[in-house]
Amino acid sequence: MFTIVRKEVLSPSVKLMEIEAPRIARRARAGQFLILRINERGERIPLTVADCDPERGTVTIVFMEIGKTTYALGRMNQGEALLDVVGPLGRPTEIERFGRVVCVAGGVGTAAVYPMCRAFQEAGNEVICIVGARTKELLFWEERLRSVVGELLITTDDGSYVRKGFVTDVLREVVERPEPPDRVVAVGPLPMMRAVCAVTREYGVKTIVSLNPIMLDGIGMCGACRVTVAGKTRMACVEGPEFDGHEVDFDELAQRLRRYQEQEREALARFQAECDCQ
Amino acid sequence: MTVERGQGAEKKKIIPERVPMSRRDPAERIRDFGEVAGGYTPDEAMAEASRCLGCKQPYCREGCPVGVDIPAFIGLIKEGLFEAAAAKVREENLLPAICGRVCPQENQCEQRCTLGQKYEPVAIGRLERFLGDYELARGKEVPETAPPSGRRVAVVGSGPGGLACAADLARLGHRVKLFESLHVPGGVLVYGIPEFRLPKRIVQAEIEALCRLGVEIECNVVVGRTVTIDELFAEGFDAVFVGTGAGSPRFPGIPGQNLPGVQSANGLLTRVNLMRAYRFPEYDTPVRIGRRVVVLGGGNVAMDAARTALRLGADEVRVVYRRSREELPARQEEVHHAEEEGVRFTFLAAPVRCLAGPDGRLGALECLRFELGAPDASGRRSPVPIPGSEFIMEVDNVIVAIGQGPNPLIQQTTPDLEVSPKGMIVADPETGATSKRGVFAGGDIVAGAATVIMAMGAGRKAARAIDAYLRGGVDPWNRR
Repeated sequence: MFTIVRKEVLSPSVKLMEIEAPRIARRARAGQFLILRINERGERIPLTVADCDPERGTVTIVFMEIGKTTYALGRMNQGEALLDVVGPLGRPTEIERFGRVVCVAGGVGTAAVYPMCRAFQEAGNEVICIVGARTKELLFWEERLRSVVGELLITTDDGSYVRKGFVTDVLREVVERPEPPDRVVAVGPLPMMRAVCAVTREYGVKTIVSLNPIMLDGIGMCGACRVTVAGKTRMACVEGPEFDGHEVDFDELAQRLRRYQEQEREALARFQAECDCQ
Repeated sequence: MTVERGQGAEKKKIIPERVPMSRRDPAERIRDFGEVAGGYTPDEAMAEASRCLGCKQPYCREGCPVGVDIPAFIGLIKEGLFEAAAAKVREENLLPAICGRVCPQENQCEQRCTLGQKYEPVAIGRLERFLGDYELARGKEVPETAPPSGRRVAVVGSGPGGLACAADLARLGHRVKLFESLHVPGGVLVYGIPEFRLPKRIVQAEIEALCRLGVEIECNVVVGRTVTIDELFAEGFDAVFVGTGAGSPRFPGIPGQNLPGVQSANGLLTRVNLMRAYRFPEYDTPVRIGRRVVVLGGGNVAMDAARTALRLGADEVRVVYRRSREELPARQEEVHHAEEEGVRFTFLAAPVRCLAGPDGRLGALECLRFELGAPDASGRRSPVPIPGSEFIMEVDNVIVAIGQGPNPLIQQTTPDLEVSPKGMIVADPETGATSKRGVFAGGDIVAGAATVIMAMGAGRKAARAIDAYLRGGVDPWNRR
């Protein structure tokens, strides 16, 4: 039983859940993900492990309600249980003492970046974290992040908090500092990761991105998550999800992500219509 | 028609043709995922069994990878002793309802059938299926198990190899826990083979029988990620059997192979079989199939994918295979069923590249024609490309079914496990013993993509070796 032991509403559309999954809690490392299924008819969706507590035997996920499954998940409450949770999947983030590491987060990517920042800092890196949100109310974990980084820089698209702009504006300033970063890690929506890579390519800073392709089994069997990296076909679920962003074919990935768009819309519309009826 | 054949003093009646098995009409069956072949009634089974010549030298048995005593079980069917016949099969084959449906009998037992040299061979597979179904319908008895040995075995992967290994170990008195990475047990029997060929209720019944033997099953555990082999030993298991199969799809390595619209057969089949995407939106997982579909490859997986595409509503499904019809590795029956249902074939052609349409998705497939040259290492004539023979087909989907490699996760996370250059686990063919003490392996993860019966046979061999190892009889690691 994968019981939801705690639920927290981080913003109107972003929710946190702490789920009982002792095996995953024991092994999960920064950068890894899990796959969950809500009920018998449910689909399998991948979500990054945002935190884990081996002693309590729990893992934390943070998700934005965007499709049927995430909306349905968001309506579940503490004490209810998910049918299936499997993980940790994917390779963990490569954590070494690189020197100065910049972690860039967009949207719910903030949750994924938190364990990375913590691991980089524990490994003796100077960690700078750049967080971008569309607007102030979508921002979360500011204090939590501040506790595991040397410097936290925040932007909002609409200027409703700290400074107006995009993470790439701040990143450019950081990269142009007299002591530039040795490595950049970006987690967020695909256009944001692509934009980050465009900036760091100019300066030749190695940049790791955490990809979020369509996935089914998460153990290398369906091939749905394949991405072209440096001209080679790679399975994001077992070889990734992190790759050198300068080598990723983002156009192809963006197109592959739209593969089931019509069905996704249909499923969500049906779900919302049903909810409205009740 | 019957033919009299003199055989010493006794004369044996020869019935040249097999008793036909009921099959659903192609036009009807491609509208759903229900099973195609109906199976024999008891009368039909007895009639078919009576065709067996009961040869003194049973070549059929030699043709069976696990050596089922075929003449004996057929003899019992002939007399209407179905329970005894089923028990006879079960001495060597634990999954008759499954193997009777999916074994390539025409290359195994039935190929060696004496009657088959001149007439139609005895329908051994159909008879086996009859017994398997007969047993399942009556509710399988729980076989007796040996007294508890006090030893624990972890079986990794719940496909045919793992199921067979777990069943035998449990009967030998060991405590067995089966670990499965997906959310339901059964492996390829569940995610790979479609409902119309192997109904999931049959797999389910076999798994329930296993649970009644006392085997515990934990799903959602990816050994290699969730837990390592060493941690399984630390959890108290005394031995581990790895049967993680060959589920990692190969791609042709051609330009455009990652365009939206190109997918692996495994991906399509998993969506449909495991996730029931054919019932979207009732089930959440979507599936998309266009009007014109090309399936690359000529094995059973290719046939399954092609027939699945038809059932999902594709207008035109074409299998493109680089050799000729004679070399098709798929079971003849599946090829026949596919053709009946309207699947078309282009032989001696292979893909060169996938081309994007104006919307950026797959729009066309460029292929090259081949001719057959000299036989290769496998004895099959190898296809040779004909220069300048490129041709283009407009397609909405390409489904890749050109083979599967071993699942890589255990090998990646078990450094002291010897692995072949192709990524397979190296194991003794007789015992399944690997390079790592206490770890056994078998099935596709060792042999490469093969058949259900081969994996089952390997699982059973390993079970015997594990039993001997745990009881202190034979230690495969002391002989080295």
